[in-house]
Amino acid sequence: MLRVLRNRRTRGYVIQAAVLAASLLLTLSFVLTARDNLVSQGIATGFGFLDRSTGWPINFSIIEATDRSPYSRMLLAGFLNTILVGLAGLACATCVGLAVGLMRVSSNLILNVLGTVFVETFRNVPLILQVIFWYAILTHMPSPRAAIDLAGLGFLSNRGLMLAAPAWSALDLAIIALSIIAALFAAHRFGGTRPLAPWGLALAGIVALSVVLLFLGHEPEMPLISQPELRGLRFVGGVTIKPEFSALLIAIMAFGGAYIGEVVRGGFLSVDKGRLEAARALGLSNAQINRFIRIPLAIRAMLPALTNQYVWLMKATTLGIAIGYPDYFMVVSTSINQSGQTMELLLLLMVGFLLINYTISGTMNWINGRLAIKGRS
Amino acid sequence: MPGGALSRPPPAMAGRLHQLRKRLFSNWFDGIVTLLAGAALVSIVVNLVDWAFLNAVWSEADVSQCREVSGACWSVIDARGRLVLFGLYPFDQHWRSTLACLIIVITMILSCLPALWGIKRLSALWIAGFGTFVVLMYGGIFGLSVVTTEQWGGLSLTVFIFAGVFVLGMPMAVGLALARRSKLPVIHWLAAIFIDTVRSLPLLTILFAAAVVVPFVVPQWAQGDKLGRVVVAFAIFYAAYQAEIIRAGIQSIPSGQEEAAQALGMNYRSVVLDIILPQAFRNTLPSTINQVVITFKETSIVTIIGFFDVTASASAAVGRGEWGAYYIEIYVFVALIYFVFVFGLSRYGAYLERRTRLHHG
Repeated sequence: MLRVLRNRRTRGYVIQAAVLAASLLLTLSFVLTARDNLVSQGIATGFGFLDRSTGWPINFSIIEATDRSPYSRMLLAGFLNTILVGLAGLACATCVGLAVGLMRVSSNLILNVLGTVFVETFRNVPLILQVIFWYAILTHMPSPRAAIDLAGLGFLSNRGLMLAAPAWSALDLAIIALSIIAALFAAHRFGGTRPLAPWGLALAGIVALSVVLLFLGHEPEMPLISQPELRGLRFVGGVTIKPEFSALLIAIMAFGGAYIGEVVRGGFLSVDKGRLEAARALGLSNAQINRFIRIPLAIRAMLPALTNQYVWLMKATTLGIAIGYPDYFMVVSTSINQSGQTMELLLLLMVGFLLINYTISGTMNWINGRLAIKGRS
Repeated sequence: MPGGALSRPPPAMAGRLHQLRKRLFSNWFDGIVTLLAGAALVSIVVNLVDWAFLNAVWSEADVSQCREVSGACWSVIDARGRLVLFGLYPFDQHWRSTLACLIIVITMILSCLPALWGIKRLSALWIAGFGTFVVLMYGGIFGLSVVTTEQWGGLSLTVFIFAGVFVLGMPMAVGLALARRSKLPVIHWLAAIFIDTVRSLPLLTILFAAAVVVPFVVPQWAQGDKLGRVVVAFAIFYAAYQAEIIRAGIQSIPSGQEEAAQALGMNYRSVVLDIILPQAFRNTLPSTINQVVITFKETSIVTIIGFFDVTASASAAVGRGEWGAYYIEIYVFVALIYFVFVFGLSRYGAYLERRTRLHHG
């Protein structure tokens, strides 16, 4: 009996040692081959290349990044682009998903049908095809000269969506920030259970004061809001949202919205009927049942699935490369092509996505922990 | 609702019409919503039918009318459909590509039949189906001319990647799931690190690494061709997700079963193949089908790393001047191809889910 045990144990050790040795050997052979290739191409290993200038531009960035910027700056610009389209996509997809999910659980037949059609249409077509489709639509818009006027809000042309944008100086921003802080303070000080009048008055006073300050501090020819204007062949002023960004955003909104809609529906369906009946028996109105029973329970049931969707959607932003949106992945892959620093850049790519994934799931788990009903796992 | 004559509600309250009224006009607010949403629905349907059927031009011969009508110009499908479906596959060999796709579709339909649900039977079916597919597509025997993988394209490339990923990925997934449940710490931790790393990366980066980076870190003789590398990498990605599904399935089996089997003197192989895996798969069938559906959709990502699958060939079909204006029609056509596959599979998954729920009460 003892011998059998010893044999099995020894066998376990032998297997583990063999597997470990094989994985180490495999990794070592990768590293050695990579080093041979690097030496033969005359590329120095290490992260020194991050300070070299890239020599190629990207077409969209929220920080200053030109073809003379170093690799580190370019990678940061790409990373911020991923975060930007990811967060905007998550926000829009959540709104759409909430609407669609509520339509699907509503008692109204027509809303049911509309919600189902939306989900089945956008969920069953690959995301990349949707991205390419919306990009094709947006780049087939009329040229800037014949741009579609969106009733004073802005213009739509094949160069993107031109919107009116606030043109604020540092002073304006300071005034706005201060008034927001003052309003929050007023809400904190006078709000809560006290009557509405005093803190409403305080709030109105703060808003009026900051509006007056904003207008006083401005010269008449410098408007607070900059309107896009056609000058020659292109638009000047306002803010331009590039078709690459919009196409990716619309696709993520529709595709993610369809998936999140299903999560929302699942959350609402998971609420135990007995609890709703109990609430009704206690004399709660429909609105009260929704507010105190159904929505809180549904949200708790949704959160884990929602976390998975968010992580997944964030990773899906890499598809922007198909239409030339310079996200983190696109910047990394261009850098690999241009600099040949394959291993270092791949490492940075992995670190970047691990960071994003763990931030999302960490935040969602924190929310989940805060919301969890006490005394239950 | 027949039966129970005494306890039935008054007739005016029952019946279809009342049910319908309750679901459309239960109060004034609901009524307004119904009218508005109904108007939206009707206008969508009318416009769609108008565009897709009533005002559409159907054949390539009538292409000159396309500019005059407001509807779809399906002539572009007539003219470029072959490019979308077959890519660069030699024109006179298109029947092989068609037949190969049909074989995989038949294999998929057959594996939906409960009579064939068994590890040996399903493996045999898929290896046979996939083998026939490759022989038909590649040729070189039975007097078929050789068509190299660079010429594969369109729908058959999409189907090839999907089937290849499934055939390679499923055994890998089983291996990874068992490794992660192993009692040997080294095996357990290696499997866990591997699975979690792969799952936290976007598929695109893994395929990109397979296409571009592997030639860099693997000696020449072990590289294989680009398509093969990408299918293997995709299979690894699929396996990491499927392994977690299988692991969940294994964990849902009471541990007493494994212990009982061991007490009866069954060896590890037999415990796994005859007791654990069949139940693990049955318990997780809906999630498995969901993963298969996602995999089918994600095959379209190979477009980005330069393969000519059905998505890429759609873009190519409208890329050049003459048909460029009819891009919507081509994309709708390709979207419909995906829709048929994906919708069919997910309906089947929903049916299975209902069935299992009924069996478990």
